[in-house]
Amino acid sequence: MDPAPGDPIAVAARWRAAGLGVALATVVSTWGSSPRPVGSQLAVDEHGNFVGSVSGGCIEGAVVETAQRIIRQGGVELLDFGVSDDDAWAVGLACGGRVQVFVERLDS
Amino acid sequence: MKAALFDAIVAAGRRKRPVATVTDLNDGAQALVTADSVTGSLSLDAAQIAESRAMLAGEASGLLREAASPGGDGPRLFVHVYALPRRLVIVGAVHIAQALAPMARLAGYAVQIIDPRGAFATHARFPDCDLQVAWPDDVLRNSPPDSGTAIAVLTHDPKIDDPALRVACPGPAFYIGALGSRRTHAKRRERLAAEGLTAAQLDRIHAPIGLAIAARSPAEIAVSILAEITAVRRGGVPVAGPQAASATPAAAS
Repeated sequence: MDPAPGDPIAVAARWRAAGLGVALATVVSTWGSSPRPVGSQLAVDEHGNFVGSVSGGCIEGAVVETAQRIIRQGGVELLDFGVSDDDAWAVGLACGGRVQVFVERLDS
Repeated sequence: MKAALFDAIVAAGRRKRPVATVTDLNDGAQALVTADSVTGSLSLDAAQIAESRAMLAGEASGLLREAASPGGDGPRLFVHVYALPRRLVIVGAVHIAQALAPMARLAGYAVQIIDPRGAFATHARFPDCDLQVAWPDDVLRNSPPDSGTAIAVLTHDPKIDDPALRVACPGPAFYIGALGSRRTHAKRRERLAAEGLTAAQLDRIHAPIGLAIAARSPAEIAVSILAEITAVRRGGVPVAGPQAASATPAAAS
């Protein structure tokens, strides 16, 4: 019984085995309407390929950018997206909710 | 995330063991929590471990309550539960199963297909599936359904369907559905009752299988079945028992 196709953990494991830098982004809290529940994950490789989701597609672009920086620099980052944040509104969390996404690098 | 911790998550998935990570969102320190062990660079007190294990058991990711005080600057600890995928057992390596298996995998189910007829249960027809060329009652006795298991009985042949239902109905599977018209199902109930199944056990069978969306093709019927499984799992709509007479049941025979 294989995991679901596109399972972020399975794909992250494959990328790491292939020698790619990998980061994981995880929804850690939500307020109001948010399209993906807490625990939803996105795996990102050093080239910006990604599988999974942390929203309905509104903030993935910004998260992938941060993930690529974390892959290069290390460390962790807690991203906050919501209507109260002009920058976040600019990346388009149009559903009106608020979501926090934790980004971490997967050590090789 | 440390390589060893990630490897442990991957290994736990392979060994069918649920695990949880606890992450300090300030600095990324992490612990891996199972029902009987705690490892990693983040140290947790007894109350934090107990709360993490309760979330693991309840398959609920989220912030630890005591660490999530509003406006507090203390460590915010996030528990991520890596639950096992739900299991879907399809009895009958039939055309509908060929459509249902990949759909269910996309929806996160680990799919197993059982059919004693070797001509149907071939890897050419079901690539990448757990395929059991065996009698369903034998398979279900060897790996019993649990409360995270759905069972779709699709052969339309009592010789194969009935043994599967005899084992499934008294068990804890969260969904049991069987293909066939209301008349077919009434006869099936009589046969299974004669073999000792109770009315309450027989009432657990969703038949005709699938939500009434007037499905016709095998793929459409697969959609109706997966929709019904989803509704039962998520408590979406009341779907137990015979469906409205005005609706065309999926897969009437």
